[in-house]
Amino acid sequence: MRVQDLTVARAGIAVLEGVSFALAPGAALVLRGPNGIGKTTLLRTLAGLQPALAGKVEVGPEAVAYAAHADGIKTVLSVRENLAFWASAYGGGDVDSALAAMNLQALADRRAANLSAGQKRRLGLARLLVTGRPIWVMDEPTVSLDTASVALFAGILRGHLATGGSALIATHIDLGLEAEVLDLTPYKARAPQMGGRIGAFDEAFE
Amino acid sequence: MKALLIRDMRLAMRAGGGFGLGLAFFLLVAVIVPLGVGPEQAVLGRIAPGILWVGALLSCLLSLDRIFALDFEDGSLDLLATSPMPLEGVVAVKSAAHWLVTGLPLVVVSPILGLLLNLAPEGYVWLLASLGLGTPALSVIGSFGAALTVGLKRGGLLMSLLVLPLYMPTLIFGAEVVKRGAQGLAVATPLALLAAITAGSLALLPFAAAAAIRVNLR
Repeated sequence: MRVQDLTVARAGIAVLEGVSFALAPGAALVLRGPNGIGKTTLLRTLAGLQPALAGKVEVGPEAVAYAAHADGIKTVLSVRENLAFWASAYGGGDVDSALAAMNLQALADRRAANLSAGQKRRLGLARLLVTGRPIWVMDEPTVSLDTASVALFAGILRGHLATGGSALIATHIDLGLEAEVLDLTPYKARAPQMGGRIGAFDEAFE
Repeated sequence: MKALLIRDMRLAMRAGGGFGLGLAFFLLVAVIVPLGVGPEQAVLGRIAPGILWVGALLSCLLSLDRIFALDFEDGSLDLLATSPMPLEGVVAVKSAAHWLVTGLPLVVVSPILGLLLNLAPEGYVWLLASLGLGTPALSVIGSFGAALTVGLKRGGLLMSLLVLPLYMPTLIFGAEVVKRGAQGLAVATPLALLAAITAGSLALLPFAAAAAIRVNLR
């Protein structure tokens, strides 16, 4: 994945501009920056959920697996049914090994409504394993995980990187990975009055 | 695609799903109307086609806001949009699931309700035919309305206002088919127009709905 001079906008207002980085297979990149700097917006843009205001994202087709704040879990389905749906939606990953990897076997037949927040998050992360996609784009993946689960997840992440995958992680905690850190603070977009870019929605008010 | 259809139907059937809501409403309408109008069979027989179609339409409308709103709230819609399935296909499959759990049961029970409303015997075939042809359009048009309002808090009212005018042609031609059928008149013209509306909606609206969702997800 290669990103060049990317400007991303939230609600039509540029929040980050001139972001450039490259992510090689086997590498991880950790995004940091204060709350509200635009980490989620950047990740959503890279996942293809919203267009960039300017700049280029070079990424293979269907290479990105996106894990957002919300895990997309249906509470009336069981843990296994939830995961099996995403596995077949993405072309059939191995549900059982994903359950085992995230330590969810004992909960496999439990309704997702009865999971704790951390267990739900583990289910959300297990979804990444069944997508079979090489680039994992993750937004605060460790929220509500306990220390043991964070270590478990870091191990899975290391395995993913070792097999040629890559990861882009917005996180504030140290996962113990050999990862480059990109601080987004210098890329904060300037206000239009200061010579910054005018967002797409502002054109009507010029 | 098949997995999504199965998941949506399973969600509808489980506790708290939408299955039965529309059906119960349809039953209530057909039971209440004779009580309100009075027991004159000639009057009931005359208004039966219209009542049955209006009832079917409103029952469909009841469950529309669930089509995308629930997936939007729990984040599934983001993940579906980034999955290998084209969003147009997602919309088509979700409309199909909505029809299977809402429209199809209405079609199946409609003859019984026709009996309650003293529909003329010649009308039953056309009641089944017109609802069978027309309710898929209700689901697809409804998905489009739901896609336009996804992400709005309490978007249900706005969605109803958007969708109801689009439902009018289906309602008019659908009820006309039953009315003419019950009177023993030719039904070919309204039936063809009803089928044309359904075919056109099925062909075009998934694309429009997918475009609306893409904008709403930004």
